[in-house]
Amino acid sequence: MDAVTNVTGRAVPMDRSNVDTDQIIPAKYLKRIERTGYGPFAFEAWRKDPDFVLNNASYDGAVIMLAKHNFGSGSSREHAVWAIEGLGVRALIAPSFADIFRNNCFQGGILTVELPEEDVDELMRRATDDPTTEIEIDLETQTVRAAEWERTFEIDPFRKYRLQRGLDDISMTIEYDADVAAFEAQRSPLFPSTGV
Amino acid sequence: MTGPKTLAEKIWEAHVVDSPLADAARREALGDEAAGGVPTDLLYIDLHLVHEVTSPQAFEGLRLAGNSVRRPDLTLATIDHNVPTIGRDLPNPDPLSAQQIDVMRRNAEEFGIPLYDVFDMRQGIVHVIGPEQGLTQPGMTIVCGDSHTSTHGAFGALAFGIGTSEVEHVLATQTMRQVRPRTMSVEVTGELGPGVMAKDVILAIINEIGVDGGVGHVIEYRGEVIRNLSLEGRMTVCNMSIEGGARAGLVAPDETTFAYMQGRRHVPQGEDWDRALEYWRSLPTDQGATFDKEVVLDGANIPPFVTWGTNPGQSVTVNDAIPHPDSFDEPTKREAAARALEYQALEAGTPIRDIPIDRVFLGSCTNGRIEDLRSAASVIQGKRVADGVNAMVVPGSGLVKMQAEQEGLDQVFLDAGFEWRDAGCSMCLGMNPDILAPGERCASTSNRNFEGRQGPGGRTHLVSPAMAAAAAIAGHFVDVREVI
Repeated sequence: MDAVTNVTGRAVPMDRSNVDTDQIIPAKYLKRIERTGYGPFAFEAWRKDPDFVLNNASYDGAVIMLAKHNFGSGSSREHAVWAIEGLGVRALIAPSFADIFRNNCFQGGILTVELPEEDVDELMRRATDDPTTEIEIDLETQTVRAAEWERTFEIDPFRKYRLQRGLDDISMTIEYDADVAAFEAQRSPLFPSTGV
Repeated sequence: MTGPKTLAEKIWEAHVVDSPLADAARREALGDEAAGGVPTDLLYIDLHLVHEVTSPQAFEGLRLAGNSVRRPDLTLATIDHNVPTIGRDLPNPDPLSAQQIDVMRRNAEEFGIPLYDVFDMRQGIVHVIGPEQGLTQPGMTIVCGDSHTSTHGAFGALAFGIGTSEVEHVLATQTMRQVRPRTMSVEVTGELGPGVMAKDVILAIINEIGVDGGVGHVIEYRGEVIRNLSLEGRMTVCNMSIEGGARAGLVAPDETTFAYMQGRRHVPQGEDWDRALEYWRSLPTDQGATFDKEVVLDGANIPPFVTWGTNPGQSVTVNDAIPHPDSFDEPTKREAAARALEYQALEAGTPIRDIPIDRVFLGSCTNGRIEDLRSAASVIQGKRVADGVNAMVVPGSGLVKMQAEQEGLDQVFLDAGFEWRDAGCSMCLGMNPDILAPGERCASTSNRNFEGRQGPGGRTHLVSPAMAAAAAIAGHFVDVREVI
C-alpha cells in the first residue's frame, strides 16, 4: 500500500444519505476475480441519469468525494472501495460511514474523514457552488482545509500510523507470530475444527 | 478491565492477542496519544467461513506474497452466491460465475481448506451451514467476507462481516485488527402476537433505531421476546443487525441454544460437552454491566411489517399506508422517501394491502431455514398462488431442503404453484440467474430492499415468510394474522 499523507484537489458532492454498496458497485460485477477495473461500473444505475453528479464534467479529476450519513452501508464487498478508487477518488468526507466500508477503505489506503454534518454541508455548498473548489486533507495535522475554512478530525492512532507509512497489515501481523502461537497454545481444545 | 462485563466484552477480551494499549513498545511508536485512543486490537479468529465471491483476490494476494493459510482446520469454504438453483447438472449459463466457482475449488484444493461443493448435501448459504454443522458455538469469534455474518451471533458468538483484504489477513494470520466496538442493548419485552415473526421484530427494531442506529456498536438482543424465540428466529434477528448499521448482533446462549446444538456434527460430545457447557454458561452479560446505548421495544406492539422504500428502515405495518415524504421531520429522510417512492413507483397514501406483487422469494440467510419454510407452508396449505404471480422457494442449504422434503413441505409448495429450488443465495442479491425483471415487484423474505438489489429496476418489499406466503396467495399484501 502507498503511504497516505495528504490529499488535495477537487471534491465531488454525493448529496444522498445511506448510499449503499449495491449502488456503488452492482452485484453482477462481483463475479470478476480481479482487484482493479471496477471504476467504469461505479454507480452504474445512477449514472444513467444525465443529471447525476458523476456525469457533470466539472467534477472530472476529483480526488475527494463528499458524502452524507452512513455512506457505504450494506454489503461487505470491498469491490465498492475498488470502484471508488477506480474513479480516481483518494479520500471521502462524510458525517458517518458504515463500519465495514470504512475498514475496507482503510485497507485500500482510501482516507475516510468524519466531520460533523454542518461542516460536511458547508463543504458540499462550496463544491456545488464552485466545482473548482480545492479541498486539502492533511493526515499529519488531522486537518481539512478549503481556503480560509479549517476543521480538525479524529482518527485512530494505529490507523494513522499505518497509513502514513503505507504499511501492509499482513506483514505487520506476521511479526506477531510468536504472540499468535502463544495464544494458540493456551486456546481451548474444545473449539471446533472444520475438518471433514 | 474488571467489574461486570457484557457478553460481547467477554468474548472480545478472551480473544485479544495484542493490544496497542498493552504494548509499551507499540505505544511509544504511536506516540503518547495512543494511550488515550480507541484500541485497535489484534483478535484471534475461531472460525473463518469463505465463499466464492469475496475470496478470489484474497487467495491471489496470499500467492503473490508467498503466504499460506495459517489454520485451514479453522476455515470452511462453500459455494453459495453465484450458484444456479436449477439445472446444476448442466453447464453454468454464466461463464464468469462458472469461472469464479472453479477458482473457489482450485483455491480450496491448493490451500487445503475443506469445501462443501455444489453437489455436497451440506452445501448452502454460508450462514445457514455453519450453525447446521455445529461449527457455530457460543463464545467464538467468527468472520466471513459477507456482511450477514452477524447471523452467527444468535448462538452468543461474536461474528463480523469483513472485506476481501481482511479475508486475506485472516487466512494468513488467523487474526484481524479491529477497533474495539461500543456496546448497545436492544431489549424486546413482553410477548409477540400470533402471526408475528422474528422478521417483524428485527424490521421493527430497524424502523426504531434507523439504518445507522447501530454504527460502531455490537448489539445484544435481550428481553422476553428474544428469550422465547427459537434459534432460527434469533438467527433472523441477528442476521439483519447490519441493516441497522451494527458491526455485529448477538444473543446470550441459554438452554434453547444448547438444545439446538446438542448432537450436531462439530459440537463437543460426552465430557467435553459438559466442560463446554460450563464455559458457555459463564458468557451471558453480568448483572450490573452497562451498555453504551440502550433501546427498549414492547413486543406486544409489534405487528407484521412491510418495507415500502429502498432501505430496510423504510417500513410500516401491514395495515398502514405508504407515508408521505412530508411526514418526515428531517430533510434527508424527506428526500430519501421521495426518491424511494419514485424508484418503487408508489404513491404516498396507498394502503400497503393494495400493493399488487409479481414475484415472491422465500429464502436467503435471513429466512431460508426449516422453521421459515414450515411457517410459509402452513399459510399456503391447500391454496393456490394468485394468477400472474411467480413464487419460488430456495432452501438455505441442501440439508434444509432434504428435511423439508422429509416433512412433505416441498409437495405443499409445489401443489400451491411455488417453484422448489436448490440451495443458494439466489434472488436475495441477484448474482445468479434468479433476478427480477425491471419494474417487477417482489414480496421477499431476504434482507435488503436497495435499488436494483434483486435485479436492475426490480422493486423489493421485505416481509416475513408467513407474510410472503400470504401475499403469494392473494397477489397483494395481506395481514397474515387474518388468514391463519
